[in-house]
Amino acid sequence: MGKKTIVPIGPYHPLLEEPEFFKLYCDGEKVVDMEWETGYNHRGIEKICESKTFEQVFYVVERICGICSTSHPFAYANAVESIPGVEIPVRAKLIRSIVGELERVHSHLLWVGLAGHFLGYNTVFMWAWKYREPILDMFEIITGNRNSYAMFTIGGVRRDISEENADKLLKVLMDAKKKISLLTGAVMDDPVIHARLKGVAVLTAKDIHDFGAIGPTARASGVDIDIRRDDPYAAYEMVDWKVITAKEGDIFAKAEVRLMEMFESISIIKQCLELLKKENKGDIKVKVKEIPPGIGIGRAEAPRGEVFHFVKSDGSNSPVRHKIRAPSYNCITTFRRSCIGGTISDAAIATAAVDPCYCCTERMTQVYDIKTGKKMMNAAELIKLSQKKTEEIRAKGDKND
Amino acid sequence: MGLKEFCFKKSLWVFHLSAGSCNNCDIEILDLLTPRYDIERFGMKLVGSIRHADVLLVTGIVTNKTKSRVLEIYSQASKPVLVIAIGACPCTGGIFTSSYNFAGPLDKVIPVDAYIPGCPPKPEAMLAGVVKLLKSKNRE
Ligand code: SF4
Repeated sequence: MGKKTIVPIGPYHPLLEEPEFFKLYCDGEKVVDMEWETGYNHRGIEKICESKTFEQVFYVVERICGICSTSHPFAYANAVESIPGVEIPVRAKLIRSIVGELERVHSHLLWVGLAGHFLGYNTVFMWAWKYREPILDMFEIITGNRNSYAMFTIGGVRRDISEENADKLLKVLMDAKKKISLLTGAVMDDPVIHARLKGVAVLTAKDIHDFGAIGPTARASGVDIDIRRDDPYAAYEMVDWKVITAKEGDIFAKAEVRLMEMFESISIIKQCLELLKKENKGDIKVKVKEIPPGIGIGRAEAPRGEVFHFVKSDGSNSPVRHKIRAPSYNCITTFRRSCIGGTISDAAIATAAVDPCYCCTERMTQVYDIKTGKKMMNAAELIKLSQKKTEEIRAKGDKND
Repeated sequence: MGLKEFCFKKSLWVFHLSAGSCNNCDIEILDLLTPRYDIERFGMKLVGSIRHADVLLVTGIVTNKTKSRVLEIYSQASKPVLVIAIGACPCTGGIFTSSYNFAGPLDKVIPVDAYIPGCPPKPEAMLAGVVKLLKSKNRE
């Protein structure tokens, strides 16, 4: 191999929304190796959650990520409600699904726009974001905020969707559907986009299994997984929809999956709104007095893949342990397969293709000594180490007996 | 009119720095560029380097890891530079005040000219904040 050039990207770079650091090792135009460093965004959310009450945690997890600010409360609600085993009212289920799917539409539109921008198609960026605005307006009408909706609570939702707003939402969606078809047509037919995206950064189904990738990234490689169907929650069982997959595994397939998913989402919302009309009189919330001791696991399909929340309760009013895993954590490892071997100019779109979200990912931090590069340990880790040694000695002793 | 006021009279170029945000404020800043708000008609635009910028927009809490980078970026800015804290996070720490990785509100790290509260503030609020700041600067 010839001489390697290192191209550093970040931590603050015009290409990146969030602080993260990529190091591309290049041989000429070709990327031969890469490293990335995250952790800039670690905010200690799991620990903050453990100091809040079960009700308050919703507003903390909402701020893990602003783009999927319903997915985290969704998974958390599933986790907490599974501890006492509450069944939420049908109306609440429908409203939850409506908000969740609306979020998918806005998130995918956002991705299409950013992907267009990375490719140099600023028109696509402007279009997609323009069509996203009416959806954000609807969020504001229904939930009171454009992002961070604060809709969920234990046992249901906090705000109802009135009939008037439901009609408004339907109108906006039908309008959005037309515009998204227009956008889809323009993106799918463009020969230059084909040339840039087809056959680039291909992930095979085996790669997906090896790296454990999920969500649209996996579905674009023919791996048919979707938590909404595999482990149904909220109202996804009550409506008719299908999981979109593609076989090719390249970036074009990922774009295709996301674009098509938006139509599915719109159809889910439409059906939910019809069911909502029928469930006119129902409650939107059941009262949950206390969370008994136990553990709860909640999953939800975010726009980027499966979100996983683990909540442990000891019967008090706040969780004793809260573990969060966001989809980007699984997906960003595929960079090693998608970027290495490609050109530097493809690296930008290849990393953007999985729709990475670093503020979701950064759930732990490790302190290293700057001078020696050695890992520094805190008291808990030292105790753990010490206990491990005792265990080992004990195990040896058992064997000798 | 001094040189300082003159600098902020014309088109402002903006650099966006996410210290440790949840992406929401960042997305709302990007939203300002898109057709509905279109701040480019006021001559404002996002630039790729702090060395070209008149305004530094900071979003998110300053974490222990980003603190040195924030200081570095501030020191690279050509002065005078206006620093605007966008969202509850840089203003006070917001919901993350009790975090172990929180390095303090932005104004404890670098001087701040304007605070735009909200979680996230609406794009209109950001525009209003910038306009107010410029007015107060030009009056001085
Ligand atoms: S102020 Fe709110 S919306 Fe903005 S970065 Fe902080 S948590 Fe996110």
